[in-house]
Amino acid sequence: MPAFLKFTRRFAPLPPLLLLAGCDLVVMAPSGDIATQQRDLIVISTVLMLLIIVPVIFLTLLFAWRYRRSNTNATYDPEWHHSTALEVVIWSAPLAIIIALGAVTWISTHKLDPYRPLDRLDATRSVPADTKPLTVEVVALDWKWLFFYPDQGIATVNELAAPVDVPISFKITASSVMNSFYIPALAGQIYAMPGMQTKLHAVINKPGEYEGFSANFSGDGFSHMRFKFHGVDRQGFDAWVARVKSQGTALNRDAYLKLEKPSEREPVRYFATVEAGLYDAILNMCVTAGKMCMHEMMHIDALGGAGKESVENRKRLEYDNRHALEEGAGAATFPATGTPARSQEEPQGTNGANEPMQHDMPGMGGHEGHSIPEGGGDPAPPQLNH
Amino acid sequence: MFSDPDLLKFIFGRLTLEAIPYHEPILVATFAAVVIGGIALLGLITYYRFWGALWRDWLTSVDHKKIGIMYVILALVMLLRGFADAIMMRLQQAIAFGGSEGYLPPHHYDQIFTAHGVIMIFFMAMPFVTGLMNFVVPLQIGARDVSFPFLNNFSFWMTTAGAIIIMLSLFVGEFARTGWLAYPPLSGADYSPGVGVDYYIWGLQVAGIGTTLSGINLIATIVKMRAPGMTMMKMPVFTWTSLCTNVLIVATFPVLTATLALLTLDRYAGTNFFTNDLGGDPMMYVNLIWIWGHPEVYILVLPAFGIFSEVVATFCGKRLFGYASMVYATVVITILSYIVWLHHFFTMGSGASVNAFFGITTMIISIPTGAKMFNWLFTMYRGRIRYEVPMLWTVGFMVTFVIGGMTGVLLAVPPADFVLHNSLFLIAHFHNVIIGGVVFGLMAGVYYWFPKAFGFRLDPFWGKMSFWFWLSGFYFAFMPLYVLGLMGVTRRVSQFEDPSLQIWFVIAAFGAFLIALGILSLLVQFVVSFIRREELRDTTGDPWDARTLEWSTASPPPDYNFAFTPVVHDQDSWWDMKKRGHSRPLAGFKPIHMPKNTGTGVILGALSVAFAFGMIWYIWWLACLSFAAMVAIAIGHTFNYDRDFYIPADVVTATEGKRTEMLASEV
Repeated sequence: MPAFLKFTRRFAPLPPLLLLAGCDLVVMAPSGDIATQQRDLIVISTVLMLLIIVPVIFLTLLFAWRYRRSNTNATYDPEWHHSTALEVVIWSAPLAIIIALGAVTWISTHKLDPYRPLDRLDATRSVPADTKPLTVEVVALDWKWLFFYPDQGIATVNELAAPVDVPISFKITASSVMNSFYIPALAGQIYAMPGMQTKLHAVINKPGEYEGFSANFSGDGFSHMRFKFHGVDRQGFDAWVARVKSQGTALNRDAYLKLEKPSEREPVRYFATVEAGLYDAILNMCVTAGKMCMHEMMHIDALGGAGKESVENRKRLEYDNRHALEEGAGAATFPATGTPARSQEEPQGTNGANEPMQHDMPGMGGHEGHSIPEGGGDPAPPQLNH
Repeated sequence: MFSDPDLLKFIFGRLTLEAIPYHEPILVATFAAVVIGGIALLGLITYYRFWGALWRDWLTSVDHKKIGIMYVILALVMLLRGFADAIMMRLQQAIAFGGSEGYLPPHHYDQIFTAHGVIMIFFMAMPFVTGLMNFVVPLQIGARDVSFPFLNNFSFWMTTAGAIIIMLSLFVGEFARTGWLAYPPLSGADYSPGVGVDYYIWGLQVAGIGTTLSGINLIATIVKMRAPGMTMMKMPVFTWTSLCTNVLIVATFPVLTATLALLTLDRYAGTNFFTNDLGGDPMMYVNLIWIWGHPEVYILVLPAFGIFSEVVATFCGKRLFGYASMVYATVVITILSYIVWLHHFFTMGSGASVNAFFGITTMIISIPTGAKMFNWLFTMYRGRIRYEVPMLWTVGFMVTFVIGGMTGVLLAVPPADFVLHNSLFLIAHFHNVIIGGVVFGLMAGVYYWFPKAFGFRLDPFWGKMSFWFWLSGFYFAFMPLYVLGLMGVTRRVSQFEDPSLQIWFVIAAFGAFLIALGILSLLVQFVVSFIRREELRDTTGDPWDARTLEWSTASPPPDYNFAFTPVVHDQDSWWDMKKRGHSRPLAGFKPIHMPKNTGTGVILGALSVAFAFGMIWYIWWLACLSFAAMVAIAIGHTFNYDRDFYIPADVVTATEGKRTEMLASEV
């Protein structure tokens, strides 16, 4: 706590200094290693392309001036329209640049794949062997950000903190529509999408307060869907966690369902405790009592589907209309977790519901993308038990 | 009886008085201006007794030249609307700082950026491009009209109907608040329950029919109706790029139609293609819409490339350098444009190999594009460049477009895209290629072919004013956005907290003001040119000493375009004819078979507006009736055998005789 305050005091004069500098090109001067490598890539690619762009612009202006009609000294050759040598040059010069850039692209895309765990802290230091990354589960809500720290057992709204030089592993989803999770100083963005999970690995190298926001339009409150990201030292982070624990309230399913309703300019909030399995329930769109989790449905589908009896599940799978329904009669259905199984006998394959399942989207091969992680141990729906 | 809510609901669907935005001062003022302007226009038409001529010679016309001109007029009108949206956004972003909310609340601002994108792409750029192709292509290939003249008229009216539907949303209800591609789940029934997305869907569906049919029409025209001797490799480059563009249209617009149809089912019938629940997949929409959306940008830019190719050869007084490589480059771009769509969502979590594949295919497109750039460059080399206005636009394009191309390739590098995606850097990039490429090309095309269409040139002074305002305005408006993008500012934000950003937005607003002057100069140019039309008269039919067939006939061309179908021996066939001392045939004219005008297109277009309005507002009786009427009229039209007529030989002789006199008066 004191360290955190000290840190804030030390860096408080920074923003005004940056203002004096006129503009803060955060993308070109980031503070995290991933963003720094992405910056380097922008510079390298631009320089490679300028090799051909600058001569083209120069020649355009030169020819435009030299061959103007009033300049009768310039050669005029109205029938000259072909030159094999020139044709070879004009196709192969861009080709050469693109081969170089393509190689850079192939390598860097794999190296900077947001799903790939980090192997270095910065250009000179690799990740120490015993490092445990900090896991943060991110949920984009209408219109605020909810961050779970599963290892610390806390959660926050619109405030994110991480110790410097510790790899961070983000798991990202959303509650209703598409957003994009972006902290320019830290690393490139990745979409936050409902019912799906994306991942991002990054590390912050310099202490400081950074801007984070949604980079994909998500509705009326989008402009204010911002948060502060604090890069702090180890003690500062522990103090911050302690502060969240001391000041925070409890985040259970009911509190989440209230929080999840659309709101704008939400202040920072702390949650000292988090109900077990809440993030997974959000990801599987089954926080509301009575809803079937997506991974359950996918498990049924993976086993060949439940046939006609799926009709019974329909109501339990409807999700997007949850706010509309609340207005009318309380659509109270029997909680999924409380549904008694028709048979006590555990059928083949139900265990799978509790195992991590891979939900690979078409075209997302070679990747564990959009995996739906294990749920909170909900029993399989009745039809499975036939 | 009007107190019965069920009856009211039956008659008006979900349309109520609240849907009329009389509490929005901006909209009330706009509405007042539209009404006053509309009454003035109608009054003028009545005063000059122009109604009959308007109906007979224009609205019902199947002449490709008139339809082309009407497309361009539609595009210019929609340019004004789309640009008004742009100015409003620039103003809002320039003032909404430090706690100020600006003058546009989010629900209004969100409609404006959606409308700006939709209108500029679908109802400005598309009709503009289609209009120029419609006007120029048949003339360039020595044809008398397109393959299916009535279909052409119908396509135009469907496009116009789409535009009317979009414009209606301004005064009745609201427009979509989703961004121009309406990604679900945000555009789904649960997160956008209002009429905005429905206006979007039906506007695009109706206009999309027009676009697809016009694509089919122009492909058939280019493939089947070329003058004898004009082999594929002797076609003018603009015709080549038009062919490729229409192939793209026919191959991709059905994808858009199908995607929007699925979204329609989600919104109207309760299906779950793109919802979160019940196994819907919003990412599938994003894939599908970009499978249309990426080729769409080439649909727009290829004809612009064609225009520059014509302009640069004409005003350099020189054959186009590397015709064959220009053609191959166009075809390669056409094919490659299908396999790059995923670069619009690298950030949605695809694997590294998938991202890298689409990144590299995107970069490969820059090779043929680069080759084209060099071809124009070496056409200028050893040319004798006349700096008429179209050539100014061309040089402005060459310098501006390569910058946009460079930032485009940069965005194709996936890890770089992770930090630039959805940022103002991206906004600057695509305005750089769409304004610097497409709009500059269209402006060059309008100035270049205007004398062919109307028989007099445009005033060069106001043309130059327009060019310099547009060019400088573009740099002032969009270079700051590159900077803002690098400062981490994202798109579609209506209020800002960081005051250090403001200065850049103010510069950008100044740029938009310069572009406004550019558009104003364009309008002044039309007026001044009309007043000075006798001085600017083109009696030769070939005011630029140009190279392709459209310049071999009179300006404006007679209804039948060519009294005799020309015979082609070389690429630049008119240049070739001039060089060989071609003489116009003066006698032996025959009656010319021509298609007859019909009002069916206008009526079907009007009915589709009524149908869409009924669907949008759940006025089912209106939708059913107008749909039934459309089907009936379409079937009825097939029984109309009075479709053609002959221009008698003596009329042709008289018309050609007048042209002979006019040519003689020139000397």
